[in-house]
Amino acid sequence: MTREREVIMTRERAVTLTRIAWIAGFVVLLEAVCRLHLVNPLTLIPPSEMATTLWGMLASGEIAGDIARTFSTVAIAVVLAVAIGFTLGVAIHALPRVRQGLDPLLASYYSIPTFVFYPLFVAIFGLNSVPLIVLGMAFGVPAMILATLNGLDRVPRVLMRTARSYRLGRLATLAHVVMPSALPYLLTGVKLALAYAFIGIIAGEFILADAGLGHAIAYAYDGFENRTMYALMLFVLVVVTGLNMTLHAWEGRLMRRRARA
Amino acid sequence: MAVVALSADPRGMPAQTREVHAALRGVTRVYGRLAALGPLDLDLVKGEFFSVVGPSGCGKSTLLDVLSGLGRPNAGSVTFEGAPVAGVPDGVGIVFQEDASFPWLTVADNVAFGLRRAGTDPAEIARRVDYALGFMGLTDFAGAYPAQLSGGMRQRVCIARTLVTQPRLILLDEPFGALDQQTRLLMGDELLRLWRETGATVLLITHALDEAAMLSDRIGVMSSRPGRFIEIVETGWPRERDSRIVAEERFGHVTARLWSHLREESLKAIGKKSVP
Ligand SMILES: Nc1ncnc2c1ncn2[C@@H]1O[C@H](COP(=O)(O)OP(=O)(O)OP(=O)(O)O)[C@@H](O)[C@H]1O
Ligand SMILES: [Mg+2]
Repeated sequence: MTREREVIMTRERAVTLTRIAWIAGFVVLLEAVCRLHLVNPLTLIPPSEMATTLWGMLASGEIAGDIARTFSTVAIAVVLAVAIGFTLGVAIHALPRVRQGLDPLLASYYSIPTFVFYPLFVAIFGLNSVPLIVLGMAFGVPAMILATLNGLDRVPRVLMRTARSYRLGRLATLAHVVMPSALPYLLTGVKLALAYAFIGIIAGEFILADAGLGHAIAYAYDGFENRTMYALMLFVLVVVTGLNMTLHAWEGRLMRRRARA
Repeated sequence: MAVVALSADPRGMPAQTREVHAALRGVTRVYGRLAALGPLDLDLVKGEFFSVVGPSGCGKSTLLDVLSGLGRPNAGSVTFEGAPVAGVPDGVGIVFQEDASFPWLTVADNVAFGLRRAGTDPAEIARRVDYALGFMGLTDFAGAYPAQLSGGMRQRVCIARTLVTQPRLILLDEPFGALDQQTRLLMGDELLRLWRETGATVLLITHALDEAAMLSDRIGVMSSRPGRFIEIVETGWPRERDSRIVAEERFGHVTARLWSHLREESLKAIGKKSVP
């Protein structure tokens, strides 16, 4: 490893440490505020209590069913959103005319209030995972389409020419040149699809569902079970942050590998 | 004007064994309203080392495009080994002017790319990649990513990636552009060695007149855009040769002859009239 790289690595480690310090400071502050009764214990409970409650709930297995339900729904929504978004992205990229027409729509997808249609989805598909999956994909698909278009636009022309010089067919070019070249951009799409799926599905469960983490949080809220509610919120926060950081780290590794010195 | 002895055949072969490997006939290429190339004719002789020199923007890369089958001519015909060219034919290898290394693959995986896609036996791939890496002085960097290499080394990766597929016609577009003069001379020697060992036909585009004079059997001098050949200079070098021929008197003559043609065209290309 060169010295320059070492310097970069140390700097990154410093950034990570600062980030952890900020979070730790915030948690300690929250703990102090609660312990000193500066806020009503019925409104907010100390983070340490959230954590111990969560630990108990995880150990007893009482929320295992809800966790399994939400995560499997999210997983299906993400896989579908990424697959559909990527396929549509590749197709739209190949049809410049279609793209011109779709561009303004795609660029403003996030302004569509999809939750408004949730009751409609339930009416159509019934009270099961399907309307939640649709809700979870609603933003992920356009985000993935945009990420795919962006990635495909940035495949250097000379690499496409190289593919042709090796007589690669369409599929081989896609698999061995286009996809790896666009991978960092595709990952951005995956990250967004994941975040949107969690938001859409947990919110959907919160509004109307018979199981899942969102439903459990709503149930606890209605029953004034603050400890349970905060423990569940902590759980969602930790899991989502963890997943996002893993993807972020992977993205960073790809970017570093490609960064021209 | 310097007089260069033009032998009937630069490699001393009898004329009847000169087999045409690739041919352009009346080829033109137009980009929109811009005439970029031709009309132009060229016969590449099987096994020869042919260089193309010409002023900047005269259509050298366009010539490679059309000859390789990457681009179609607007008029005229292109043949390789007797068959019309449509798409890059099997047996043609290309090294591009731009850096075309795959940033997501290590040097060794870059070099193996073409062989893997062609489904070559893994043991054979390993053997050929090892050889090519050694040949290009990249053995110590087999596991590195292109981003960790200098521009010149990345270009060597691209050359190695093309050479391992053992093309019968190798097209190189200013492959040594990113190299310093000393490395450029040494790489030229390597290219000559490879050309001799494989018997491949080489078409090299270069802006360095001395490089063209040192490496080639024949050198095509192109006019300013739209590029046509204004002369084809035969050097008459023996097949066994290396960069030491730059010390020969004849080398000076060839280079001077190239420049006498090119000076006029280069002035045109930058929009000036010839100064007497
Ligand atoms: N894809 C393209 N579309 C439009 N014009 C092009 C295209 N490719 C090349 N040209 C133009 O055609 C002319 C010849 O280009 P070409 O790249 O073949 O020149 P060159 O001799 O290789 O130049 P250089 O010495 O700079 O590499 C130039 O004027 C260039 O601007
Ligand atoms: Mg060029």
